[in-house]
Amino acid sequence: MRQDPWALRRQRHLSDEALVALVARGDETALAELYDRVGRVAYGIAYRILRDERLAEDAVQEGFLAVWRSAATFRAERAKASTWVVTLVHRRAVDIVRREERRRAEPLEATTGQETADPAGSAEDEAWLGFERERVLTALAALPDAQREALELAYYGGYSQSEVAETLGVPLGTIKSRMFAGLARLRELLDESETERTWTPRLTS
Amino acid sequence: MDAEAHELIAGYALDALEPDDRARAKELLERSEEAREELRSLTETTAAMATAVSGPAPPPELRERILDAARADRQTVVPLDSRRRRPRLVPVLGAAAAIAAVVAIALGVWGLSVSSDLDDSRAALAQARAAATVLASPDARQVALQQGDGTLVVSGTDAVLVLNSMDAAPAGKTYEVWVLDGSTPVRAGLFPGGAARAVVPVEGTVGPGAKVLVTLEPSGGVDAPTTTPIVASDPV
Repeated sequence: MRQDPWALRRQRHLSDEALVALVARGDETALAELYDRVGRVAYGIAYRILRDERLAEDAVQEGFLAVWRSAATFRAERAKASTWVVTLVHRRAVDIVRREERRRAEPLEATTGQETADPAGSAEDEAWLGFERERVLTALAALPDAQREALELAYYGGYSQSEVAETLGVPLGTIKSRMFAGLARLRELLDESETERTWTPRLTS
Repeated sequence: MDAEAHELIAGYALDALEPDDRARAKELLERSEEAREELRSLTETTAAMATAVSGPAPPPELRERILDAARADRQTVVPLDSRRRRPRLVPVLGAAAAIAAVVAIALGVWGLSVSSDLDDSRAALAQARAAATVLASPDARQVALQQGDGTLVVSGTDAVLVLNSMDAAPAGKTYEVWVLDGSTPVRAGLFPGGAARAVVPVEGTVGPGAKVLVTLEPSGGVDAPTTTPIVASDPV
């Protein structure tokens, strides 16, 4: 019912993974703290796919409810906790977009510059997010156009591989290999920029 | 892994597979550690793609909506904890709490309804004794409440709820206690609230891993909760 402000302060020092362990025990405060850390990115990707505030909120809510219900099955060796949460929300958003038949994938650039200030986010979080966004956009821009297009239609548009193949008029097999090649290349580029950077983000303290 | 397997896992990480391919990917992930490792790695990459999105910030009320939904969800689905939790052993509850409970009973600050019917009074007294026995027991330990202000005191499979500042139940309503061991809550007593401190014995047994809940229900109680719990303990 009431949230204990002291519990919130204590949890601020925990890792994302430790928070998920608390959520597995039914700790609401830990769920709230996890939302404070990951909610912004989760809502961003849901909104990017759904292009509708209400649907994006539904996707985030359903994703966090999945976190709430299945936190005990989370295994830290399988993924970072923040990744796991984003993955669950992304999946819900894709389910919803397919259900709603909303097809509004546009190039990523079309939405840049729309961000509004998040009153809950600290300046430090904002700075980290801005830095990370820049880093990923740079890596995406370095991909061959065909690979980037396939990845963006799938991940940001919620299109299935068959739909991407149909939309682009390219054989399904080609799309499948483009998606893997693109994702593998993106992974390499991100690994490279990770080792290059000197700024250490405070993601989970 | 062959190229086809790599492609399958990439499609899975992007949530871009058709249902039949998705089933194949799951089957592959079941049997191949290498595939699971590839998924783990590619999922970090797709999650990085999520951070590249810029757009509106979530509305401030979404946070509360999610927490409300989680609370409401508690009623039907208890978060699984496959690793059974070790009880939090608190140094024996101590004389102070037991004395407080006895004083509460002596002052009539008691959770059970006071009835003019002698049999009911006797029943209430018997329960009061049962509660006092639990509270004073040397193996008594406290289990925290996830929700609500107070504590659950457990000795063996007996338990007593000690609740602070529960408002009196509205007219026509009562507080009902439940033991949730598995998926179906079992009735475990009624009390009216309205006391500075309610000392409420939990009827029946409270086994390891069970939770104790309280809901607001129509007078006389019901056989299954109809409202969201306002008190919920950690698993015992």
